[in-house]
Amino acid sequence: MSRIVCDECTRADLLRAVAGQGLPTIEAGMPTPAGTGLTRRGFVARSLGLALTVYGARRLDIFDEGIAAAASAPQTPILVTVFLQGGADALSLLYPDGDPLYRKLRTQLAVSGGTQFAEDARLYWHPALAPLATLHGEGKVTVLPAVGYDHPDQSHFTSRHFWEVGATDPRLLTGWMGRYLDLAGVPDNPLQGLSLTGSLQPTLATARVPVAAIDGPGQYDFWTPGVWGEVQTRMLDAIGDLGRAGGSDPTMRTVAGVTKQVDTLRRQLAPFQGAKLGTAAVPYPAGNDSFPQSLQGLAAMIGAGLPLRCVALEATGEYDTHAGQASALAPALTTTAASLYAFQRDLEARGVADRVLTLVWTEFGRRAKENGSGGTDHGAAGTGFLIGTRAAGTQVGEFPGLATGLDADGNLKATADFRGVYAGLLEQWLQFDASRVIPNASRFTRPHLVK
Amino acid sequence: MGAPHRGSFDAPQAERLLWRAGFGPRPGEAEALAKLGLDGAVHSLLYPGREKLVGPKPHDSKGRPLAPADAWGHDHCWWLDRMVRTSRPLVERMTLVWHDWFATSNAGVGSQKLMLQQNELFRRRSMGSFHELLVDVTANPAMLLWLNGVENSKEAPNENYAREMMELFTLGADRGAYTERDVREQARSLTGWRNRWSRGRGDYDFHFDATEHDTGTKVVFRKAGRYAWRDACRLCISHPKHASFLAQKLWGYFIPVAPDAHTQRALEAAYRKDHEVRPVLELILKHPTLYHGPRMTKPPVVHVAGLLRRIGAGVTTDAWAWIGALSGQQLFYPPNVAGWDDTRWLDTATFRGRWIGVQQILRDRQLDPAKGKTAADAPTVLKRALAFWKNPALSASTHAALLRFAHSALADAGNAKWKQTSYPVLVENALRQLIAVSPDLQTS
Repeated sequence: MSRIVCDECTRADLLRAVAGQGLPTIEAGMPTPAGTGLTRRGFVARSLGLALTVYGARRLDIFDEGIAAAASAPQTPILVTVFLQGGADALSLLYPDGDPLYRKLRTQLAVSGGTQFAEDARLYWHPALAPLATLHGEGKVTVLPAVGYDHPDQSHFTSRHFWEVGATDPRLLTGWMGRYLDLAGVPDNPLQGLSLTGSLQPTLATARVPVAAIDGPGQYDFWTPGVWGEVQTRMLDAIGDLGRAGGSDPTMRTVAGVTKQVDTLRRQLAPFQGAKLGTAAVPYPAGNDSFPQSLQGLAAMIGAGLPLRCVALEATGEYDTHAGQASALAPALTTTAASLYAFQRDLEARGVADRVLTLVWTEFGRRAKENGSGGTDHGAAGTGFLIGTRAAGTQVGEFPGLATGLDADGNLKATADFRGVYAGLLEQWLQFDASRVIPNASRFTRPHLVK
Repeated sequence: MGAPHRGSFDAPQAERLLWRAGFGPRPGEAEALAKLGLDGAVHSLLYPGREKLVGPKPHDSKGRPLAPADAWGHDHCWWLDRMVRTSRPLVERMTLVWHDWFATSNAGVGSQKLMLQQNELFRRRSMGSFHELLVDVTANPAMLLWLNGVENSKEAPNENYAREMMELFTLGADRGAYTERDVREQARSLTGWRNRWSRGRGDYDFHFDATEHDTGTKVVFRKAGRYAWRDACRLCISHPKHASFLAQKLWGYFIPVAPDAHTQRALEAAYRKDHEVRPVLELILKHPTLYHGPRMTKPPVVHVAGLLRRIGAGVTTDAWAWIGALSGQQLFYPPNVAGWDDTRWLDTATFRGRWIGVQQILRDRQLDPAKGKTAADAPTVLKRALAFWKNPALSASTHAALLRFAHSALADAGNAKWKQTSYPVLVENALRQLIAVSPDLQTS
């Protein structure tokens, strides 16, 4: 991989390299994944039928031996990450109305009408984030008012890449959760790393174990015109057989590897086909937006005991608000916060909330001084949230203030490092040695994240 | 370099060339191209003459003509049709390359009409001067809306276009080619574009307004000048790190492994002469690595266009737009300004999108099991299914997997008479689907 030297290649090449590692090939001759037989399908269907109506896989006692193995250890903690794409404006999410400089820098864009943030009298919740303020009041939200890293990069793609790989290293090829799964995961369970965004999220790019990407759990069906019954069953089985196509060509092997994962995933999700996910315990935001629907499906999958470990989603909205920020931000945050709130309540109703932590992140915050287009340009430190009943609930780092807390470019300085947050999540939540996942992990202070 | 591909140039090599530089062969096309030899074949792609559209005209699911400037999804279908019917595949493929390179999404532009205008610009400048292309793109209305060019003024500079122009279009990030200060200064050089908006017409009247332009001195790449927008383009094009960026990025669209140092220098030299794209393309398309190197995953829209070309079918539904989205490539809606990630086309979700695309093609072409008359053996049924797709070349392992499926599915018929006549038909339908989604047909 010597060609991946930062001043010798373009960012596109870099993404290419990451991508090449993202979907590993499953070699021919590997054992058939556990639990791919008919028995398991039938069983899981029964179990999900129950799960979906009574909110939770409460019939663990009827798991037979093979199925128990396939469902992995159902009590393993699950880490969900939600990406606010484009660089969400920290000075709007928790806006510093108590800072005398705020309304000078944001003459048009200053937010108002929100409630005060209980841990820092200078800060106020954006009105659209009221649901998160409620959860914070219950001790279920850890706020990171200015999270980032030293020498911030203002390119979307570079900064996002840093966050995705868990290091300020353009050469790293695997995602930070992907590297965790490579070490802690298994070779036959694509669901252990799940992108609910329709395509693989780079945070989950692995080098060794399979991971999966789907739109939603209820939409993973395959059929073709003029084929049914026994022949259809055989046809679907043949997908896995096509996935064993080997040969020496690396691209063919990669595509065959994806084909094999399609087969495994189809079997794992077969019980969800046609299932009504609309019978959740709590209402999610209505409409066609995919984010609340994905979270709803995710809660159902967790409730059903599917073997998930790391999950990546993208929030509603586009946060690269160079122009028209006020009108773009409010609806995006409204749907995002309401969806996260519903997800949390859904997990609580299903009795699985203690197994799930959700990290909300963005690649950077935005410039403190607004531009002339009713928007803001790329900045440095951004806002993060950690949501869940097990979240410590006390802020990590603090708002640095606008008088002395801006760097030479007029951007918010970071008071918490994202690599320390990742290391803390690995150690305190996933019970895993962070030094095996995060480069130079010992350099970063671990915030108190989990209670 | 100077050493183009010297091995054989027969139908298999010609077919690969047609996939990389176009949308795959129609029946007989690879053989005809092979007869021209490598030089003749590449020449015919680089200098294709006037465009002829061959094949049935497109329409939507209700048989109405497409309305690409107005109806949702018809923009995607309109372009897909052009890919299917064109006699100038490389022009169309380069148009797709520029759409990815200067990735503009209608999600931010909000006007299919302006997107189509930009598309026409990419087609017109598909293989000519990159400098002229960059100048035209910089002043292009869809781009001015997409990266806030019309909101970049003397009093209130907006850096969006200035940054991406250098990071994604001409120089590349993390190569030490420019600084944050250059971004801010280039933004000043680019100030002055404006447009008007009305309820009836939307965004219109894109123009340069000198009173909004910052006429002061800017320092870009350590040189001072009273630069304006054309200077901003010129400074990028004449930057010492531009040619290497362009050569490597353009190469990456056609060949999935990096060029060796010798080739890289040759590509840069060919480009530096007068910033023409065609001479660089010629070197790439004649390079031995294209013919001997690893296969490439076809972009979703290329996979679909190629299947339609193969069987002489046209665009007969507007479903292709949402199928494109499910497959990870809805034309005119790249995921962001960096374009599509060309090496991560396939994952478990987008595979399903491609499956549905094949399903769509087969919908009107399924064989009726009630009309099955005779029992047939697995090799015969597979042969028929392959003939439907005009006998694509398959690897031994894929061929074996298909045959195994046919054997076992036909054996399920047992002694039941009705199954013995209907199962061969069901199996043939299934084989058509499986062939088209096999790793062999997803790559070239």
